[in-house]
Amino acid sequence: MDQLDLARIQFATTSIYHFLFVPITMGMAILVAVLHTRWFRKGTPELRRILRFFGGLMLISISVGVVTGLVQEFQFGLNWSAYSRFVGDVFGAPLAMEGLAAFFLESTFLGLWLFGFNVLSRRIHLFTAWMVAVGACLSALFIIAANSWMQNPRGYTINPDNGRAELTSIGEVFSNPVFIWGYIHVLLVALIFGGGMLLAVSAWQLRRRPAPQATPDAAVGSDPVAPAAPSPFLATAKLGLLALLIGSVLQFHVGGQLGINETTYQPMKIAAAEANWTTCQPCSFSMLQIGGWTADDPPTKIIEIPHLLSLLATGTWNGEVQGLTPLNEQSQQQYGPGDYVPNVFIQYWSMRVMAYLATLVALFCVWGLWLWWRKKLATSRVFLWVASWIMVTPFLMATAGWLLTESGRQPWIVQGLMLTKDGLSGSGSAAQIVISLSIVVVLYTTLGVIAAILLLKHARRPLPRESAENEQPPADTAAPTPSLTY
Amino acid sequence: MTLPTVWFVVVAFFWTGFFVLEGFDFGVGALHKIVGRTDTERRVAINTVGPFWDGNEVWLIVAGASMFAAFPNWYASWLSALYLALWLLLAALILRGVSFEFRGKFAAPAWRKTWGWTLTVGSVLAPLLIGVGLGDLLAGLPIDADGDFTGTFLDLLTPFGLVLGLTLVVLSLLHGSVFLTLRATGPVLARAHGLVRTLCLPAVALVLIVVVWMVVLAAPGGWGILVAAIPAVAAVAAAVSGLSGRSAGATFAATAVTIGGVIATLFVCLYPTLLVSTTDPAYSLTVANSSSSQYSLQVMTIAAAVLVPLVLLYQGWTYYVFRRRVTAGPATTTVAA
Repeated sequence: MDQLDLARIQFATTSIYHFLFVPITMGMAILVAVLHTRWFRKGTPELRRILRFFGGLMLISISVGVVTGLVQEFQFGLNWSAYSRFVGDVFGAPLAMEGLAAFFLESTFLGLWLFGFNVLSRRIHLFTAWMVAVGACLSALFIIAANSWMQNPRGYTINPDNGRAELTSIGEVFSNPVFIWGYIHVLLVALIFGGGMLLAVSAWQLRRRPAPQATPDAAVGSDPVAPAAPSPFLATAKLGLLALLIGSVLQFHVGGQLGINETTYQPMKIAAAEANWTTCQPCSFSMLQIGGWTADDPPTKIIEIPHLLSLLATGTWNGEVQGLTPLNEQSQQQYGPGDYVPNVFIQYWSMRVMAYLATLVALFCVWGLWLWWRKKLATSRVFLWVASWIMVTPFLMATAGWLLTESGRQPWIVQGLMLTKDGLSGSGSAAQIVISLSIVVVLYTTLGVIAAILLLKHARRPLPRESAENEQPPADTAAPTPSLTY
Repeated sequence: MTLPTVWFVVVAFFWTGFFVLEGFDFGVGALHKIVGRTDTERRVAINTVGPFWDGNEVWLIVAGASMFAAFPNWYASWLSALYLALWLLLAALILRGVSFEFRGKFAAPAWRKTWGWTLTVGSVLAPLLIGVGLGDLLAGLPIDADGDFTGTFLDLLTPFGLVLGLTLVVLSLLHGSVFLTLRATGPVLARAHGLVRTLCLPAVALVLIVVVWMVVLAAPGGWGILVAAIPAVAAVAAAVSGLSGRSAGATFAATAVTIGGVIATLFVCLYPTLLVSTTDPAYSLTVANSSSSQYSLQVMTIAAAVLVPLVLLYQGWTYYVFRRRVTAGPATTTVAA
């Protein structure tokens, strides 16, 4: 493997890994803020415990997300210095805004929220929870804007003196249709991750501890024949299910818009995702096929749905979808000799993993909704078991999604403007990337295993009982700083 | 002032702010095993920076991002040159960052010990490596006509960079100790006072050396020498105040000016160069030959003018909210005196 392959593997590894923690953080930050709002409204100790329980899960994922985000901020310069010089004028602006507008907000208010129990007034404390959510969601906004510019560059001009892209309209960068739909896509991904997490954990708790937790307090202090209250995890299961439902169902519409965007701006990407070598009209959608990954490899199509590809790619029943071979010839005429077709196998399967799993998740949500309506959500053991495992799917879908969008842009690093191989650092060498990639693999694997263990351990705890003092309504700011949160 | 110069000042401001703020949490992280003998004492030390460290670290991200946006050449050449050193730094920051969150999750001594060590080592390595990297800007690196680094890892270890790194480590330790005297209680507070007295003189010596070295390397004009005098005077003031032990607040202000002043002086000495090329001075990156376009800088100037004051406001508020000392007692049992 040469410098280019290694640098790409390193970037793909660190980015995909980082992004597994980003949507959990975003989704959990939103849902934790919702739980905080519930606690704020009702003020019961149980809601406070629920808030702290899910807040703890959020903090573990944030800690890994934040530290792996450091790598993201600097690695454009590490292996991709030619790219950084070429795009810095345009690409750097949203990145700097991300730090100023989003990271500061998220990190500062996270500290305030975490250490703010019993210190901040109730109203301000609730405000800090929402600011964390806003900060988390804003950071994705800027980074998706930057990434969308790489998919569909606009609002720039090439400076004839130095051959670099220069920003001419920040408005165009933020009104890029690829960005607008891409950002909605990511927000829904966050809801899927956050909702999935809430539902999976709540389902596990409901399955293991169906009865309300008989705390020693309750056993001693309350009437033993009082009717059992539902487990507090039923409400969070419903909240999670709702978020998952909204995220996964709306995603079908957004996914459709993204498909039409690709047909307009990156026809090669969608043609590769369908392994569609020749131009077709109308086009059927290949549900499953073997082979067809190169131009001279005839595919064995096993299941096809007529007209569906036309519908997905163009939004019309009989729309034309261009094939890879004619698109490649067009690119060769426009940009000179070369192969402009991305890896078709990766495109085809990442698209399908994402779409098929999303369908499964949406169907699962409908099942959950039906049980909710029949008031069986807390007792259907099969559903609860599946619900715990549903958390695996967002990770697979997010990974597939990034492969689809980033591998589909290849061989370009900036669509139509710069080839990936031209973006490498001039001073780089394969040897030093081997060293850094080893650091990444060892460090990220260790962190991933530890974070997974900590998340699972935290998720399986019974709802902790806190000392009575802690459950007093938060005092005003004259109370001392609570110590030893960490 | 032209816009590229404004952005040079902005970048310098972020680096300066980063060390003024993160400097003390580096110090507390590095010293938590020394100021705390028992697990509870160590937790007291860690929790003094608990609400702040994450927000402080964003200053580093913003410093990097603003270099990328305002001076893409600078970001590209410097970071690709630092390659392995930067990866070491990232590894140190990653391990240190997760230590805060992970350490308290299990009570097992081996677990706490492991994450205590990663916190300590990460907190020492980070200012050292950043110091080497920043020092290299002024000491110079073999950079060719394309802005690409042509040296090896050893070329990164310039004597000036190493001394600047060492100075930033010692200043972070001092800054962190003084911060502990402001927020800790009990035995942690007593040991922090002792550390302040021990660290004062080495810090003064290193600051004087590094400031004189910067002035010799860059030969700045009259204003430059005046700026260089600030950290030197502040370091002496910090030592006088720290050794007398009367006002922790005054000592903290002095250490903050010292560590910030060292970074600010570095950038003043650097201007208008961004990264010195030892291969040929003509290849050096400068504010003029590396900046982004006028329009891009205008957009970011507006964004920064709106956002930076807001950030300062709410970060400042955080320090106001958590101004009280951290105690080892159970959380919120009684109202403190």
